[in-house]
Amino acid sequence: MKKILTTLALTTALVIPGSVMARTITLTGALKNYGGDGAYLAVYVTKENGDFVGTVWVGGGKSKYFDHFTHWYRATRGDMRYAMTGASVGAGRSFEITFDLADALIDSGYQIRIDASVEDMRDAPSDIVIPITSENFGVTNSGRRYVRSVVLQ
Amino acid sequence: MIRALHKYIGLIAAVLLLVLALSGVALSVVPAWEKIKAPALVETKLTVGELAARIAVHYPEVEQIRRAPSGQITAYYYADDAPGAVVVDPATGLGLSDYEFSPVVRWLKDLHRSLLLGDGGRLTMAAGAGALLLLSISGVFLIARRMGGWRKVFSPARGTLATRLHVEAGRLSILGLALTSVTALYMTLGTFEILPQDVANPAFPAEVSGETGLGTAQMQALNHVPVNQLRSLTFPYANDATDVFTLTTDNGKGYIDQGTGKILAWEDAGTWQKVNEFIYLLHTGKGAWLWGLLLGLMVSGAPVLAVTGLVLWWKARQARPSLPKGVAAHKADTIILVGSEAGSTWGFAGTLMSGLTANGHGVYAAPLSRFTPDKYSNAKQIIVLAATYGNGEAPASAKGFIDKLSALKQAPAARLAVLGFGDRQFPAYCAYAEEIIAQAKETGWELLLPMDTVDQQSPQDFNRWGNALGQVLGHELELAHVPVQPRTHRLKLVSRRDYGLEVQAPTAILRFAVPRTGLLNCLRGRGWKHFKAGDLLGIIPDSSDVARLYSLASSTQDGFVEICVRKHSHGLCSGQLFNLAIGDEISAFIRPNPAFAPAKNRKPVILIGAGTGIGPLAGFARANHKKRPMQLYFGIRHPDSDYLYQDELGLWQSEGKLQKVNLAASRVKQVDYVQHVLQRDAASVAAQIKNGAQILVCGGRDMAAGVAEALQEILAPHGLEPAQLKAQGRYLEDVY
Repeated sequence: MKKILTTLALTTALVIPGSVMARTITLTGALKNYGGDGAYLAVYVTKENGDFVGTVWVGGGKSKYFDHFTHWYRATRGDMRYAMTGASVGAGRSFEITFDLADALIDSGYQIRIDASVEDMRDAPSDIVIPITSENFGVTNSGRRYVRSVVLQ
Repeated sequence: MIRALHKYIGLIAAVLLLVLALSGVALSVVPAWEKIKAPALVETKLTVGELAARIAVHYPEVEQIRRAPSGQITAYYYADDAPGAVVVDPATGLGLSDYEFSPVVRWLKDLHRSLLLGDGGRLTMAAGAGALLLLSISGVFLIARRMGGWRKVFSPARGTLATRLHVEAGRLSILGLALTSVTALYMTLGTFEILPQDVANPAFPAEVSGETGLGTAQMQALNHVPVNQLRSLTFPYANDATDVFTLTTDNGKGYIDQGTGKILAWEDAGTWQKVNEFIYLLHTGKGAWLWGLLLGLMVSGAPVLAVTGLVLWWKARQARPSLPKGVAAHKADTIILVGSEAGSTWGFAGTLMSGLTANGHGVYAAPLSRFTPDKYSNAKQIIVLAATYGNGEAPASAKGFIDKLSALKQAPAARLAVLGFGDRQFPAYCAYAEEIIAQAKETGWELLLPMDTVDQQSPQDFNRWGNALGQVLGHELELAHVPVQPRTHRLKLVSRRDYGLEVQAPTAILRFAVPRTGLLNCLRGRGWKHFKAGDLLGIIPDSSDVARLYSLASSTQDGFVEICVRKHSHGLCSGQLFNLAIGDEISAFIRPNPAFAPAKNRKPVILIGAGTGIGPLAGFARANHKKRPMQLYFGIRHPDSDYLYQDELGLWQSEGKLQKVNLAASRVKQVDYVQHVLQRDAASVAAQIKNGAQILVCGGRDMAAGVAEALQEILAPHGLEPAQLKAQGRYLEDVY
């Protein structure tokens, strides 16, 4: 199947208060051919123990379904602060998100998580969990249910 | 106004509605199908806790259990980090089959709600639902108007097949279509988040026990919730002691501590949520499969409505001819005003216009609704061609004419001619034309010639009137109107019996094979119609466009098409029919004639006919399988020469289909006519009529007049009038 790159958002900033230094991160992901409608995705940053830090991106179009991102929703109660929003991503398609990440979050036990949800199919909270470490940049990580792969750069 | 609204919305939305209706009907069987497939819940007291425990035995990494409205229970799990989903047997907790949401249903659903086009498609389909609602509402008003009032909304539909189908399918579907479009619009508002949302979604508990490991069967919050209230149960994320069980039931949603099994937070479903879910159920039938099937059945009328609606529009369009060029209203000596519903009357107007123009008249034609007498300054005659709609109402292009006419202070100087167009199948035959005449008399408008009528677009009726009009105008006027001819079929002669040569009345009973027209043609409405005795066989002779009509002496069940033909010395059609040899073919079509048929009851029937008039009467006797009392009065010339159906009449008597045959022969020593036989039987005839008998007369005009006179005399002593019987439909004539 032809892969179409979906540029989900141009840029979003995720900077914790007090830190000055930040770098621009590009998250490139691809979805499996799960045979369903477009997936709603929530991309967010947590501590190792799951404590919420911030939302990078929430997508799918209709906010009334955002409670299907059970982990993200639990952490934020649907708080859209810092988030960019956009469209859903079709099965088998790729997506790319560019955002600014504070240096203080790298190699300090933080994670990027993606919750996914598809109509009439199961919800996949924490479909993929990627530790934000220097070694992890440029490495392909695999997801559990809908996410095929994610690369940070 | 309503009609125009109905038409244009229908035209614009027809294709969209076809897609909506067909996909909707296909989806309507899904709830029933899911219900059949779902493993039955035998233990009615099974709790969610016990069910979850059973499933967890087989699927340790179970993530969520869902119960569909159909009762089907699915479990989502991971095994060796690979996701899986199974349909679970609640009795064992074991997966019966892998679960996958049907791609076909998913595709149908996407097509139905959004044409597979996302939000733009959703809005398009919502517009389709809106159109459907407007069509349903306007359709109800149109049916009421057509039937002649709200009380008659459910009376039998009349008219052409397409019209009847459109009315019948409309009455069957209207409730389902209105309901389904209203719920669709409501659901669209929900989808686009215009309606308030109060879906139960309690705040995540601030604190949990931090303990893990309690079995679901031991959880207090789960072991009193019956499975049939379950919607979903989500397990805590593996190895996360801070996570909880999330339970959603019909009543609301809550969180349960995985260590203590107690409810940490709970919220009841809101009123809006309950309303929304009910609307969803009404629209989809999910959780109410029987309703789903019923709704699907009602909606299945929509494709019929779309197709017949388009056919009706197309027919009306075809029937509207381009009129010949006329002159301006103030210059014309002849004004033609047309009151037409479906457009066919315009065709006659065109023929009339050509005929008058050829005779030197300056003609202006307009719809009746645009009647403006002060503009007709040079007019010598105003000719009104008026159809009738429904129960005697004004047709579409005549709206407001009567009001304008009654508002006139002085009648126009130009004299008036009115020709009514109608169908004798309807009780209010040409009633609107008669209303015009009545109003014209009141206004004091001078008539050019008496009102006349044209039945079922008969070119003969029209030409006869044209001749009369020509006489008044002082020139010959031949109006050769060629209506849209019915589709003809080739009929092959299979047998003929000849009579009457010796008494100068050459007559033949011709029997043709029923033509085979194939399934495809039948579906396209081009097949050979079903016919009954008394219906008419239209035959188009070679070298003529005008059909001649013959009464049928057989019905479809008999397996042949039979008519009686008398040869006329200069008759084009009868001559050609008479020369047919076995195996020869003619072109013919069926025209229904429900106005001449025995009523559907068990009351006695008196058949009266002479000569070829025996045809339909013989057909009625032949079809009298229920052996209701039936008597025949039959006038012939000589028993040895033109006694048509002699053998069959004897046979039918022995079978009980006919009680008695009363023969009257006019060319024997004892000259006798049917009316005389009737008078001799006066006592018996009167008794039968008082008993509810129906009289059917078929034959020549003179015979029919004689019979009417005789009946008048027979009934008078009993206080009965033939006219009264006619009004009740108990005295029918088919006269030529």
